[in-house]
Amino acid sequence: MIKDQEYLSEKASYCLDLAKKLGATGSSAVVSNSVSETVNFRNRKLDESNRSDNLAISITTFIGKKKSSISSSNLLKDNLDTLIEKCVETTKNTPEDEFNSLPDKDLLAKEVKDLNLYDDTHIKNEDKIEYLKKLETSASSNKQIVNTESSFTEDRSNFILANTDGFCKGYKDSSFIASSITVAKDESSMERDYEYTSKCHLKDIKDAESLGKLAAEQTIRKLSPQKISSEKIALIFDKRIARGVLSTFASAIFSSAISRGTSFLKDKINQKIFSDEINIFDKPDILKGLGSKTFDSEGVKTETLKLVDQGILKHYLVDTYNGKKLNLRSNGRCGGTSNLYFEKGKVSYKDLLSSNSRCLYITETIGHGSNIVTGDYSVGATGFLVENGEFKFPINEITIAGNFKEMFQNITLANDLEFEYSTNSPTMMIEGMVVAGK
Amino acid sequence: MRNFFEKSDLSRSEAENIVSNTLNKCDDGELFLEDSKSESIVLDDNKIKNSSYSSDLGYGFRAISGEVVAYSHSNDISKSSLKQSSESLKSTLKSTKGNYNHSIPKSNKKYYENINPIEQKSLKEKIEILNKVNDYLRSKDNNVKQVTANFSGEQKSIEIIRSGGETLSDVRPLIRFNVSVMLDKNGRKESGVYGIGGRNSYESYLKEDNWKKVCDEALRIASVNLESKPAPAGEMKVVLGPGWPAILIHEAVGHGLEGDFNRKKTSAFHNLMGQKVASEGVTIVDDGTIDNRRGSLSIDDEGTPTEKTILIENGILKNFMQDRLNARLMKTRSTGSGRRENYKHIVLPRMRNTMMLNGNHTQEEMIKSVDKGIFAVSFGGGQVDITSGKFVFNCTEAYEIINGKIGSPIKGATLIGDGPSILKEVTMVGNDMMLDPGIGTCGKAGQGVPVGVAQPSILISKMTVGGTKL
Repeated sequence: MIKDQEYLSEKASYCLDLAKKLGATGSSAVVSNSVSETVNFRNRKLDESNRSDNLAISITTFIGKKKSSISSSNLLKDNLDTLIEKCVETTKNTPEDEFNSLPDKDLLAKEVKDLNLYDDTHIKNEDKIEYLKKLETSASSNKQIVNTESSFTEDRSNFILANTDGFCKGYKDSSFIASSITVAKDESSMERDYEYTSKCHLKDIKDAESLGKLAAEQTIRKLSPQKISSEKIALIFDKRIARGVLSTFASAIFSSAISRGTSFLKDKINQKIFSDEINIFDKPDILKGLGSKTFDSEGVKTETLKLVDQGILKHYLVDTYNGKKLNLRSNGRCGGTSNLYFEKGKVSYKDLLSSNSRCLYITETIGHGSNIVTGDYSVGATGFLVENGEFKFPINEITIAGNFKEMFQNITLANDLEFEYSTNSPTMMIEGMVVAGK
Repeated sequence: MRNFFEKSDLSRSEAENIVSNTLNKCDDGELFLEDSKSESIVLDDNKIKNSSYSSDLGYGFRAISGEVVAYSHSNDISKSSLKQSSESLKSTLKSTKGNYNHSIPKSNKKYYENINPIEQKSLKEKIEILNKVNDYLRSKDNNVKQVTANFSGEQKSIEIIRSGGETLSDVRPLIRFNVSVMLDKNGRKESGVYGIGGRNSYESYLKEDNWKKVCDEALRIASVNLESKPAPAGEMKVVLGPGWPAILIHEAVGHGLEGDFNRKKTSAFHNLMGQKVASEGVTIVDDGTIDNRRGSLSIDDEGTPTEKTILIENGILKNFMQDRLNARLMKTRSTGSGRRENYKHIVLPRMRNTMMLNGNHTQEEMIKSVDKGIFAVSFGGGQVDITSGKFVFNCTEAYEIINGKIGSPIKGATLIGDGPSILKEVTMVGNDMMLDPGIGTCGKAGQGVPVGVAQPSILISKMTVGGTKL
């Protein structure tokens, strides 16, 4: 069983009290516990089972404008005493930074909204095994599938965030995750692909058969890929890649990158960075949302932000420290975005596919080719050649490249947005990018 | 040696009994105890941004029967917790009639000292150096707009208790120093990053001329990038510089030679043992035994002493990297490559220091032989798709080669290639092998472990360069 709120807040207040006694002028603590159980299958047989029980504490102490932090997984009193003493001592010896402080009191969350993020259902290992058997039977029904690996994870966690301004709140959440990775083989190639489902509530996850079937289909269609010539061509990003474009946008408007001057979107507030049709939201209060949260990792309340309105950048993602540096108030984004999404576009998926006589449909990218400083983008990619709206043949060993500044202006979105993950995008077309191949 | 039972209601002999009772009908397994302490001090935007310290203590209990692995971990080293883990393992491996493999090779060799780098220098001294780094860089070039510099240090103490009471232990120091510089010249921004590290004390790394070298190198890379032009797109010849560019070897072939992917037949190399997989003259080893290197280990995380494993010898595939589980199932021996990020994770076969050995060409010869291509000197991260064999990495410093001469620097581009065939495209191997500066972290199945790489300059006859200039 995971530790209850009482246990966690008792530990947190012990730490805050001790830090104060040792000379801290302010402090905050996060105490969390998560219990996770995973079963892995490979080729329709049990491969691994894993139970993990994690306790963690992290404490930040302030002495005036000086700050330091410690973290540990050992919550025994002796250890906490030693660590807090060390933390306060380190704080004394760390130079002042005028922007260091706890969040403004009036911004702290007043209540914990019930966002239905916790499902108490326990699924026994036998039932996980049953699910995985069905999944793998479905995934391996086609002879071209030569290897299957799948897993089922049940995850439960609870936390308390407390600070010396009287904030002491936390809540439980749960997640149920099933995934399937399949390998397909033919005479000339071997390919791998995957599918997964992740939900707060057990009854919302995809059923085993369709998950396995989807993974297998996505893998088989990649067999016998070809390499194409280098050219400038319209790209269509599958939803799972389009999500990544949105994540890059988020990291470029995070206040730390802005205040340090290391983002290509610095000074772009109230400027048009996307085409007119693009609207981007970050909505923290979606019921059962995978990114939902009542407050951020400093305790600041979170509200829905329309980050981009008709192509115009309206907000950065601001935490307390960088906010003070930029003369902005925190908007509750310490620790990142919540449920981030592009508002759906006007064209159907089908129409998007046939809007160019020839285009590439990208299903996977590899490499870390996004440069937040310059906006340059270059990654390895696999996908399909699409002609007149029809998938022709699979493609691999190519790269796609461009610069986000131009890419953002050339985005067209389909109307197929779904809320499957914490960051979501409809299928996306970007015109004018360069493909390098043969 | 760290005494893990000092403040616990669980005695060593009780722990040994639980381990033996749980594992006696299994094929393998162990109790892995770990105590790690780490610190990080960051200077950013002219200020000490963060000084943090972390201590983590816990165990991972593993039981293996046939191919099935049961694992349970916790940060509570106590009688009740270990018993609960034991029950959890037993319930997964219901009907086991395995034969516990007691044999584990022994070695007294140590490749690093038993030190705690964190305690060796005071916070004040470390902050002083970071401030000097900041001042040095900002005074050296007026275009410097941002400097981030950080130290991180850690000490990990591990102990492995096997069935029958056999115990093995290790204490592992690790440090890292990193500098990142951003330049802004007439509105154009570019950055450069450089770092050093190893299983060593701060003392040996932070002499003045040493940290200055790191600063100079980060600044040089950023300055080069300020002048860079769009990279070409398409297939061409590529000359790789010595040292860190060996992450190409790591991504392109290293991962594909790890035992688990080959046992599961998901690696493009699984049926190529004994066959020619690289050009003649190409020899690749994975070596855990180089003193003080980031990827070195005295024993791996299963207790097996590490070694220098020959993976490819003169073009022929000779060995995979193995942990105990995959070695047993593939009827071979562990190469001391069983590693885990920490006690929360299961063991996987992993790389240590992966190196391509010297040939007899010079870098000059290679560049002269190229009509149109690129010369790649430094890289950011890389990634591989094990199954299709396709891999990428991103250039952070590269130049055009035109008619045998190095031309202008080019913007960061991704290079993509095919792992199983790339080594056959290596047409010259240099005589200038270099180790990387000690900065690599390899990710696999969500676990990061420190690794090293090394290589001489090499010429690759054909790779796809992911630029924007057609």
